[in-house]
Amino acid sequence: MIFGLRDVMAVIPEAIVAGAACLLLLVDFLIAKKRKIIVAALSIAAVAAAAFFSLYLVGTDVMWKKVFAGMFVVDGFSTFFKFVLYLATVLSMMLSFHYVKEEDINTGEYYTLMLFSLSGMMIAASASDLLSIYVAVELMSIPVYVLVGFLQKDARSNEAAMKYVILGAFSSGVLLYGISFIYGITGTTELSAVAGALADPSMHTPALSIAIIMLVAGFGFKIAGVPFHMWAPDAYEGAPTPITGFMSAGPKAAACAAVLRVFTEGLQPAYSRWVVIVAIVAVLSLVYGNIVAIAQKNIKRMLAYSSIGHVGYALLGLVAGGTEGASSVMYYMAVYAFMNLGAFSIIIMMRKGEQKGEMIEDYTGLAKTRGGMALLMLIFMFSLAGLPPTAGFIGKFYIFMALIHKGMVGLAVIAVLMSAVGAYFYIRIVMLMYMKDPVNPVETASSRGLYYALAIAAAGTILLGVYPGYFIKLAQMAGGSL
Amino acid sequence: MLDSALILELAIMFIKVFVVGSVLFALPIPLTWLERKVAGHIQVRLGPFRVGPHGVLQPLADMIKMLLKEDIVPEKADKWLFRLAPIMTLVPTFTVFVAIPFGDKVRIPFTGREVALYISDMNVAVLYILAISGLGIYGIIFGGWASNSKYALLGGLRSAAQMISYEVAMSFAVIGVVMLSNSLSLVEIVKSQSGGFLHWNFFYLPVGPLWFIIFIIAGFAETNRIPFDMPEDEGSLGAGYHVEYSGMRFAYYMLAEYVAMVTVSVLAVIFFFGGWNPPFNLPFHLTGETAMFVNGGWNAEFLNLLAAVIPLFWFAGKVAVFIYSFMWIRFTLPRYRYDQLMRIGWRVLIPLSMVNILVTGFMRI
Amino acid sequence: MERLFFLIFASVAVVSALCVVLFRNPVRSALALMLCLLQVACVFVLLRSPFLAVVQVFVYVGAVMVLFLFVVMILDIRQAELEAFFPPRNRWLMYAIIPVITFEFLLVILGTSFEGFGPGAGGETKVEVIGRALFTEYLLPFEVVSVLLLVAMVGAIVMAKKRWD
Repeated sequence: MIFGLRDVMAVIPEAIVAGAACLLLLVDFLIAKKRKIIVAALSIAAVAAAAFFSLYLVGTDVMWKKVFAGMFVVDGFSTFFKFVLYLATVLSMMLSFHYVKEEDINTGEYYTLMLFSLSGMMIAASASDLLSIYVAVELMSIPVYVLVGFLQKDARSNEAAMKYVILGAFSSGVLLYGISFIYGITGTTELSAVAGALADPSMHTPALSIAIIMLVAGFGFKIAGVPFHMWAPDAYEGAPTPITGFMSAGPKAAACAAVLRVFTEGLQPAYSRWVVIVAIVAVLSLVYGNIVAIAQKNIKRMLAYSSIGHVGYALLGLVAGGTEGASSVMYYMAVYAFMNLGAFSIIIMMRKGEQKGEMIEDYTGLAKTRGGMALLMLIFMFSLAGLPPTAGFIGKFYIFMALIHKGMVGLAVIAVLMSAVGAYFYIRIVMLMYMKDPVNPVETASSRGLYYALAIAAAGTILLGVYPGYFIKLAQMAGGSL
Repeated sequence: MLDSALILELAIMFIKVFVVGSVLFALPIPLTWLERKVAGHIQVRLGPFRVGPHGVLQPLADMIKMLLKEDIVPEKADKWLFRLAPIMTLVPTFTVFVAIPFGDKVRIPFTGREVALYISDMNVAVLYILAISGLGIYGIIFGGWASNSKYALLGGLRSAAQMISYEVAMSFAVIGVVMLSNSLSLVEIVKSQSGGFLHWNFFYLPVGPLWFIIFIIAGFAETNRIPFDMPEDEGSLGAGYHVEYSGMRFAYYMLAEYVAMVTVSVLAVIFFFGGWNPPFNLPFHLTGETAMFVNGGWNAEFLNLLAAVIPLFWFAGKVAVFIYSFMWIRFTLPRYRYDQLMRIGWRVLIPLSMVNILVTGFMRI
Repeated sequence: MERLFFLIFASVAVVSALCVVLFRNPVRSALALMLCLLQVACVFVLLRSPFLAVVQVFVYVGAVMVLFLFVVMILDIRQAELEAFFPPRNRWLMYAIIPVITFEFLLVILGTSFEGFGPGAGGETKVEVIGRALFTEYLLPFEVVSVLLLVAMVGAIVMAKKRWD
């Protein structure tokens, strides 16, 4: 088999990102510690170049065709996700400019590792073979393990990295075991071939159930769905805050993309088998994430539990299935990237000098001292809670509609109830900011990167909420390719 | 099921294993004597001279001494591992020889039967040898650890670090050989070097000699020989990992060390110096195949015998040169410091090998 | 015959894997893990894949385990503290879950016919075949893995290096 231009063209965005990361590892040596922002700027430029090529590929005949012997495909679905990933990475990098100086972790590797992770995420979104999905998911996770432990002086960060690595390795093993079962049953790892083999009902052996359970468990760890979530709160709390944002928006979206592709493309013939398992994980995540978040005092931990809850919504979209279900998940991940990274940028703003700004009570009376910041936080919190007219509302609404169209009203009701529970702890922060008087004087960081990131996140959150039609259509077009 | 052909096969296999095994077991006897003699002459003294003419029976006397000595197991040692460790070193060093070819297929005189002068021609022999010889380290590590002694532990630690570091360089060198010979089978590697010494991998200029140097340096380090014998550095560690061993268990370690030395010599000959191939083409092309065409009778059988023996002669001769140079180097060079050892491994040999792989790759396109 | 060998290798592998977890002494655990990995290599031989078998021995037994032991020896742990990793109050959970999972697996595996499983036809896998497959059919994962290994190396250095002044 000989590879042609098309194969090479298809992976140009990934190659740009990975190649730039490799080059930046070397360039990093030439740049003084004070000016590491150059590495960040170059990284962002690389992501922009990759985005440009992704856009360029949309019109060409490279689209929709499997390349590299069925390992990789550039379709609307992957392109949509890639843009979410570009966005998440660039925003997280912008959030980092100030934070890395504050925490004295101002190194070039910080950005290169993010780029490496991005390349893994992009491949995970495009991979159409269980094998390439597996290696891509690993490539996406390993840099994140390191980034989580980047605060060497902070015991929490080290502990978080440790837990994340060990559980991550364990989950990879489980995932791989599941993949090996699929291979054993169907004799192939290529998703469409898997689907073809599974179309034969005699293939639906108990071993298939084991395979599905293991795939759900393995991917469940990666997206932090209950009961595979235990690493998430510690990792989110311990990690440098921009990385927390990055983890919740980037790798999670990419893993969701992989999950969607595996389950709706490869395992679609076994829908009746996996739908219950996925639904259980979804409901557990919803209930557990939203209820436990109420008890949190640390805002990063709270957002960790909230992100567990949000995984529940995304998985409900998968349960709904079909184009509508898939596109609702895609839309939701895009929305989630905007609003969650927005919320994290506010948290990063609160980090200045001795002030950690991680406790929820630190936000008391913020509206009195920092009106603009409080307003932005209000937007993000409303969006996370799913209140109109923000993007979060549309995202949830779209998922619920997909569920109802499939006749899964019960699940929709649970989801609505849980989002009401969730609204409690999001709005509690708004209450603290607006209804109470400030206790301690608040210092906030100012950095151009942060402002830009905030502006983008806020604009996205509002735009996707007020004018969702175009983006929903995009997601539908893209999701139709699955 | 058990027909006569199979029984014959098995018998031949058994004989081969027996011959190789006993030669390997016996080799240290002359080698220790030789080593002490070489040492003596390099240091302008006579070496062993009392037991037998020129001390040739000295090794036998040593052997009796070893057998009769008390086998001490330290009180605080992990006794089970302590007893196991020497065996763990010994077994891999012998197992390596399963894959090593001493010659090509030869015809046995008067039977017309073809016998290969190797136990097994594996598809992946090169990797097998690297893998199995890497296992020898465990005996050293476990021996060092189980002794529950500071010196032994340090010796074991040094050994682990050293083996890991130099195994990389060693593997790179072997990759170089594989690139030059286009095969992972040792028999094929030797065959690819036939036709005079200019065809030997060593003379594949300019990369051949470089590969050889990398290989031989890594080989010295892997066998814990001077100048890289940190694990048993008498100056700072007593005797290193085997400081607590006595009697036969100690002898096992020594045996393994000698056999490892032989292994590296044998591999160097196979990889770089044409194995059993003669350094120049003989005036009459004497191989098993040509001998077949000479009409029967004594003449043909004699040629067959020659064809069987001459390659072995070349092989053994080349190996002997290497074994001698091992000893020569031992008594000529001083020992490196530990950090120097690590630096040579990681900062010199490995980058050098990488460059060399690139060059070799370009040359082989 | 083959089945007999498989059963021997597999059962030794499982028993030695259990020993890895159950031994108190980390060096003995490492020894047991070595044995387990060797058995897996033997299973590869049974699957007509000597290359994988040898690489398994070379990489895992020959290199990875040596590094394990190196660390164990540097720390000089003679007796592992089991309690520290598994708080006693949660141990009942372990004892409860393990039999359930075991039972479940046995049930499912015994209830399935594994016809599709097993070595492919066509005898021994040659190194050349593996090499060709890696650079054609599996080119993309192969390249991704190469980046992955680079990242792992960079990551390990970043984690180990002291970054503050």
